[in-house]
Amino acid sequence: MAVEQPLAGAGEQTRIHNIGYRTYDGPRLGRAYARRSLFSQSLRGAYGLGRSAKSKVLPMLLFGVMCAPAAIMVAVTVATKLKDLPMDYTRYAIVMQAVIGLYIASQGPQSVSRDLRFKTVPLYFSRPIERGDYVLAKYGAMASAMFVLTAAPLLVLYIGALLAKLDFSDQTEGFLQGLVSVALLSLLFAGIGLVISAVTPRRGFGIAAVIAVLTISYGAVSTLQAIAHMQGSDGAVGWLGLFSPITLIDGVQTAFLGATSSFPGGEGPSTGAGVVYLLVVLGLIAGSYGILMRRYRKVGL
Amino acid sequence: MISTESLSKRFPRVTALDRLSVDIGPGVTGLVGANGAGKSTLIKILLGLSPATEGRADVLGLDVATEGAAIRERVGYMPEHDCLPPDVSATEFVVHMARMSGLPPTAARERTADTLRHVGLYEERYRPIGGYSTGMKQRVKLAQALVHDPQLVFLDEPTNGLDPVGRDDMLGLIRRVHTDFGISVLVTSHLLGELERTCDHVVVIDGGKLLRSSSTTDFTQTTTTLAVEVTDTDEHPDGTRALRDALHARGVTTDAGGGLPGAGHTLLLTAEGEETYDLVRDLVADLGLGLVRMEQRRHHIAEVFRPDQTQQREGTDRRHQGTDSERKEAVHHGG
Repeated sequence: MAVEQPLAGAGEQTRIHNIGYRTYDGPRLGRAYARRSLFSQSLRGAYGLGRSAKSKVLPMLLFGVMCAPAAIMVAVTVATKLKDLPMDYTRYAIVMQAVIGLYIASQGPQSVSRDLRFKTVPLYFSRPIERGDYVLAKYGAMASAMFVLTAAPLLVLYIGALLAKLDFSDQTEGFLQGLVSVALLSLLFAGIGLVISAVTPRRGFGIAAVIAVLTISYGAVSTLQAIAHMQGSDGAVGWLGLFSPITLIDGVQTAFLGATSSFPGGEGPSTGAGVVYLLVVLGLIAGSYGILMRRYRKVGL
Repeated sequence: MISTESLSKRFPRVTALDRLSVDIGPGVTGLVGANGAGKSTLIKILLGLSPATEGRADVLGLDVATEGAAIRERVGYMPEHDCLPPDVSATEFVVHMARMSGLPPTAARERTADTLRHVGLYEERYRPIGGYSTGMKQRVKLAQALVHDPQLVFLDEPTNGLDPVGRDDMLGLIRRVHTDFGISVLVTSHLLGELERTCDHVVVIDGGKLLRSSSTTDFTQTTTTLAVEVTDTDEHPDGTRALRDALHARGVTTDAGGGLPGAGHTLLLTAEGEETYDLVRDLVADLGLGLVRMEQRRHHIAEVFRPDQTQQREGTDRRHQGTDSERKEAVHHGG
């Protein structure tokens, strides 16, 4: 063994060795691992983690805005000893839809437009990872980020409700129904947001387009619903709800998840119509996925 | 390393590759062709990302049609175009790309630090890529292709957009990828001159067809053109002319360098070998002139191969015209 003089002086301890090129013989974990890595990187990125301080501001702010009303409601409930929470779990996301819309509009383009704009996509596809892996990871990450955003305030409400010693089984049922509802909402909004963002490599256009699609469709549908309601054709109110993302979710949860409808007249779709709502939601989610897959077939290399 | 057998790729209107059969061994191989010759299409097929219309190809003994994923795990790819997000640092970006290649997190970080050091990025690797020079960006692109220690890398036009010094640095680096790292390289370029100094072997394709595949020593023998520029002295008010006359007297033909800026002050001549350099040096010294520069000129592939193909086949004058592709000047035959 070549033993160098121990403690031969500071000068000799700080030698720089040029160790040359070292080959890598360790494990290569393959596609599934790469997909997981891309998922976690995208999910963290959706909250600005691992990115610049500036890009943390908006998602964190929206997250705070999303949770604040829940915290206030809990405080009021506990302080005034209400018998029930001031708002249903299922209603919360509908009321906060503007915040949710802003979030997907800001983070959807961030997640996919960057890779398209800076042409990073070919670097992914020159690796074991494939088109399906990329789309799945990005879609999954965006939907998960949305779920975190929409489920966190429900969790705040639920914990608050338990602290206020409200009825446990009632609250648990409402909470779980709320979670199913926001899970659907997350998938639907993430799909729509990503499809729109993936069409345009420009982030600004993406943001504007997502906001426009969400607000214009909701504005148009709710206006038409109000008109239909005033003219007494309540049947039309139910069907009109099929044409905007948030009213779709509203319809599904009214029919299946015990929610009270926010449609004019409070009359949501019946169970039969609810099936149509659910099919449309699932169709849109699958369609978004399909469109994303097609989109990335073209940008291969 | 790579072998193709009557590989064709046809698009509805264009035939990108036309029955290309070529064998590429270990080492640094240059793939030369004009824009649109089918270089990028070939790389796409070799990465298993685009099916060939007919024929077959193997990379590292793996069939591109069925074992694309296994190939992509063992090769690296540096695209021609920009592919770097400006808002992250080189380190973050390359770590991410290493993980996409399947390296575990710790290994990804270690390999990233190593690779960035090897391509010559030091402190700046922690700064966002947006602030990098073109040369630094090319190094990051190279690093992401090497970070998973592939057996083979495809480098698509790695010298694009670099100034002459950056170009030489990049070519030196490419050479080291093979000699020091033991990774075989397939590098594309439309400039033959810069590849002949870097590569062991050069494959020339044009219009999707194989034009020539040979070791680079064959090329350098015939294609080196020297550009010589000298000063004037009191004794020889026109030093260029004096040198030209002296060269002619020794039977060496020269060329005045047509529409070049400073034409008439530059002599172009074909280097037959070491002795040509010595001859120029001795003549300049004898005349008492100052030698401003004597450099090898780069050839543009289109000019070297298209007009000269027939000439070479007929065994006639094998002298080539030297042009500096950047200046795109037309040079007339001298002598």
